[in-house]
Amino acid sequence: MLTFIVRRLIAAVGLLLVVALITYCIFYELPQWAGMTVDNLASEFVGKSQNQDALNGVIDRFHFNQPFFVQYYDYVKAILVGDTYSDGTQLIHCNAPCFGYSFRNSEQVWPTLLDRFPVTFSLAIGAAVLWLIFGLAIGVISAVRKGSILDRSVMIVALLGVALPVYFVGPLIWMLDGFPAVSYSSFLSNPLSWAQALWIPWVALAFGYAAIYARMTRAGMLDALGEDFVRTARAKGLSNTRVILRHGLRAAIMPIVTMFGMDVGALLGGAVLVESVFSLPGIGYLAINSLGQSDLPMIMGVTLMAAFFVIIANLVVDVLYASLDPRVRMS
Amino acid sequence: MTLIEEAGVGGIPPQPEELAVAARREIEGRSLGRIAWDRLKRDKVAMAGGVLVILLILMAIFAPQLSSLEGQDPNSLNGTLIDPNYSTPIGGMGGISAHHWLGVDLPNGRDIFSRIVYGARYSLGIAGVSTLVAIVFGVVIGMIAGYFGGWIDNVLSRLMDLMLAFPVLLLSISILGVLPNTAFGLSGNSLRIALLIVVIGFFSWPYIGRIVRGQTIALREREFVDAARSLGASPFRIIFKEILPNLLAPIVVYATLLIPANILFEAALSYLGVGMREPTSSWGAMINAAIQTFQIDPEFLIVPGMAIFITVLAFNLFGDGLRDAFDPKASR
Repeated sequence: MLTFIVRRLIAAVGLLLVVALITYCIFYELPQWAGMTVDNLASEFVGKSQNQDALNGVIDRFHFNQPFFVQYYDYVKAILVGDTYSDGTQLIHCNAPCFGYSFRNSEQVWPTLLDRFPVTFSLAIGAAVLWLIFGLAIGVISAVRKGSILDRSVMIVALLGVALPVYFVGPLIWMLDGFPAVSYSSFLSNPLSWAQALWIPWVALAFGYAAIYARMTRAGMLDALGEDFVRTARAKGLSNTRVILRHGLRAAIMPIVTMFGMDVGALLGGAVLVESVFSLPGIGYLAINSLGQSDLPMIMGVTLMAAFFVIIANLVVDVLYASLDPRVRMS
Repeated sequence: MTLIEEAGVGGIPPQPEELAVAARREIEGRSLGRIAWDRLKRDKVAMAGGVLVILLILMAIFAPQLSSLEGQDPNSLNGTLIDPNYSTPIGGMGGISAHHWLGVDLPNGRDIFSRIVYGARYSLGIAGVSTLVAIVFGVVIGMIAGYFGGWIDNVLSRLMDLMLAFPVLLLSISILGVLPNTAFGLSGNSLRIALLIVVIGFFSWPYIGRIVRGQTIALREREFVDAARSLGASPFRIIFKEILPNLLAPIVVYATLLIPANILFEAALSYLGVGMREPTSSWGAMINAAIQTFQIDPEFLIVPGMAIFITVLAFNLFGDGLRDAFDPKASR
């Protein structure tokens, strides 16, 4: 088990480096392939009003004139040990996990990300709890009552739910609730208004996921309930609930656990659509706002952070899987 | 084993009654496609989805004719239709009238109906072409991974898993956001369309790739592939001439299911402001504009929202039905 975890950890670190490389290419190389000059790119990074000194500082700082791998090495090094920037007039020191410096807003990327993270975290966890409970419950009940009116109507709703984009459902729920004006406040300072501000985004976000989870749970349960071990369990005289939950759901739930881990991981890196619909000041909203200001270092930080969460989620799911299913460890 | 069975079948002479029955019923060879079509015809929900899909495609093709039938065009401004005091369309209900069937938008008073029918061109066109891109990449890479196996399969499968798990929306936003307004010799609308097609196609091929890989692994062990190999056919020939034709059904099915996902993808990007932009009437871009005024004029957002919803639903229903028709076992 330990070697498995170590192997997975090494793979995760390697993956992070690859992802950092891809992100790096998107932000520094892609614009140049598309025909941007080094000066243009530098001015994109610092903001249009900057003077030539600032531009030169940026060009110098990012080694735009040097070979590709030097630039990338420098970028990764900054994340590990920190870095010092010059914006033309003064030197800025950026501490250890240095994801860059936003020249537009004169702020460091990492502290800003940390500042926004609680919002995204609250949104993701609340919605995840909702969709997991509803998705599983609906899926199990539908599978047990296969073909009933309940099953059919719930599955129709699920089918509609998959086709409804969150930026349409969100405003509709907001309208049905009579357009309440709410603004986010942190859970620690005021739990009640925290929940008030978040419940509509939770429902809007959870709706689509619950639909997918319900369909998957139902399909998995139907497969599991048709298996021989379920018949054996029934033949042993176990209660119906026990057969359904301990034997049926237990077998059907594994792929759902995987999907759940990955989905939550992806959301922690910013629920871009929901946050922008409800102007929730989370990481996704930060990305969209930064995009509007062409604040490239900030978007880059968000992208890397999102990738980080996905890889961590992948790692957690793998380890969880291996601890539940010994066959995975062997291969 | 097979020999014995064949001998058994051949050994029993056909009885006269059986021959007569066969002659009366006229034996009809049914191809796989034919069987699937017969099954699909019985699935009313899927057929309804299919009809709706065809209607939507016709709507996109005949957008100019539909607009002129209404007597409007998507880009002329009708400032007189907006109430200057409340800055909402005059007459309530988003300005729906005999001249403007679905009302007018804010703040310019452009006709929503003609913007919706023209918007179908962007939605369906971009989703369709990007799905084609995804199919080309997905089929080639999926077949290579499945056919060669070993470390090639390991690398490609990990890559597909990674891409499927990735927050692709953020990466797409980054790519579309960092590129200048003139790039690769294109600019304006044509650049946006090209970028959207490439980005959406690039991020959605693993979905097809994984399915093709699985099918290829099953097919490569079959006798006809062994036969081709023993005749000295090259891997290239086996992959494209022997395996690919057998993959057509799943490719068609999953392409049909990928189109609605890509419609949502394009709408999301346009909604976020990195896809199609004003004054282009992409549905996502319309929602982007409408969400600002949703509180005073909900109708403006509901129309493009419903357009996306109906289109995605139609493709999903048709695609699910198609999948069940080709592979009843995969039904959920």
